[in-house]
Amino acid sequence: MSRSTPLREVHERLGATLTDFAGWLMPLRYGSESAEHAAVRTAAGLFDLSHMGEIYLTGPKAGEALDYALVGHISALEPGRARYTMICAPDGGIVDDLIVYRLANEKFMVVANASNRETVARELIERCPDAVVEDRSDQCALVAVQGPRSQEILAALTDADLPGLKYYAGLPGVVAGHEALIARTGYTGEDGFELFVDAAAAVPLWQALTEAGEPYGLRPAGLSARDTLRLEAGMPLYGNELTAETTPFDAGLGRVVKFDKPGDFVGRQALEKRRAVEESSRRLVGLVSRGRRVPRHGYHVVKDGAVIGEVTSGAPSPTLGRPIAMAYVSAAALADGTGEGLAVDIRGNHEPVDLVDLPFYRRTK
Amino acid sequence: MSVIPQELSYTKEHEWVAGLDDGLTVTVGVTAYAAEQLGDVVYVQVPEVGETVAAGDAIGEVESTKSVSDIYSPVAGEIVETNQAVVDDPSLINSDPYGEGWLFRIRIEGDPEDLLSAEEYGALTSGES
Repeated sequence: MSRSTPLREVHERLGATLTDFAGWLMPLRYGSESAEHAAVRTAAGLFDLSHMGEIYLTGPKAGEALDYALVGHISALEPGRARYTMICAPDGGIVDDLIVYRLANEKFMVVANASNRETVARELIERCPDAVVEDRSDQCALVAVQGPRSQEILAALTDADLPGLKYYAGLPGVVAGHEALIARTGYTGEDGFELFVDAAAAVPLWQALTEAGEPYGLRPAGLSARDTLRLEAGMPLYGNELTAETTPFDAGLGRVVKFDKPGDFVGRQALEKRRAVEESSRRLVGLVSRGRRVPRHGYHVVKDGAVIGEVTSGAPSPTLGRPIAMAYVSAAALADGTGEGLAVDIRGNHEPVDLVDLPFYRRTK
Repeated sequence: MSVIPQELSYTKEHEWVAGLDDGLTVTVGVTAYAAEQLGDVVYVQVPEVGETVAAGDAIGEVESTKSVSDIYSPVAGEIVETNQAVVDDPSLINSDPYGEGWLFRIRIEGDPEDLLSAEEYGALTSGES
């Protein structure tokens, strides 16, 4: 039995196709997912992300506790700022990728993927005995407005200083009469905001945003569009690019691991050892198909007939008009740097692909 | 509920078959129900004209943002025509699955079997959705 967010009836009224995602019944799309994708790139999209986990840590030692529990230097965060980081196992494998907000000097909010929320909460309780850890996911709803018109739409509903709110910062404010944490974060490659509110405020907030966004072309967008948006933006997804078997170095995200922070942290020893090996053995790369068939998760990347890697995510890219994919590929096979002769085995046919730099899409500021 | 035209026959693989009455050449496409389940179709592969196919053969593909599905031949026969328009613009499957979104025509050999009526297909899809 899947869990529902406070917005389920709203999605049903909008005619959404609902799908099970990480144990949650979530909107896959409301109509055409390509149109939803395009709306986020050119105007704005409205997302229900209430399945995400929100875990609070409080206390005078909460920052240091997170320094030990996560790979990032969390105690160095200024209040009001946020950081993309990861929680790793003692063997260096990724348990989840996270965004941590410092809400106040002694108060942090850790945002975890829905599929990992229980694990992350359990690990934080275990790893942070000096802080009060509280999983508030069930009391918290998360609604995101993403796209170039986001700020104009949100400005109609709040007095908060949106132009002054930086990327990866969070500001407490009132939106359409509801207390919210307004964060300038997202998973689409566009400017946008994520609004953390009480579960009870989710429906009226969604309706207020829908009305305020109407003149700007805002439309509700489902998980299908969210996936193609994040893939074009080269953003990793837990379960695809990031798994318990990969380290941040595999994924080309070694910069999130702060070896120079004071004190020990879970996974430090293993990560120091695995860093040199993994940075040189395989790479997360971008591939663009020359044909129209789509490389998908789990398909083999081949060169001269030999398997040299595996696709982690793939989809038709609405922006590029061709299929794109991220894949782990052996660094040795890419030694010539050209990616010449690369193909993806798409159900028995080797379809030629071009090696490209990530991300596939970068917005013009 | 998606549209299920009365005059067509259907398969369990969510294809429609038109023109069975004259017993010579049938037109095949995917149903509105299938198109809705797939989402935006981005790629269609149809068989080659002149290909001889058996009922149940996988002879093409329909690919959407989220998934890829085989197209099966609903009857035995020879492919006599394919729809280049839907190959060029796969979104026709979403916009007009029973019309401009048709996929191919087959000259039937032998007697077609196991096709569903509109009522039977309606019962099948209402059980699935």
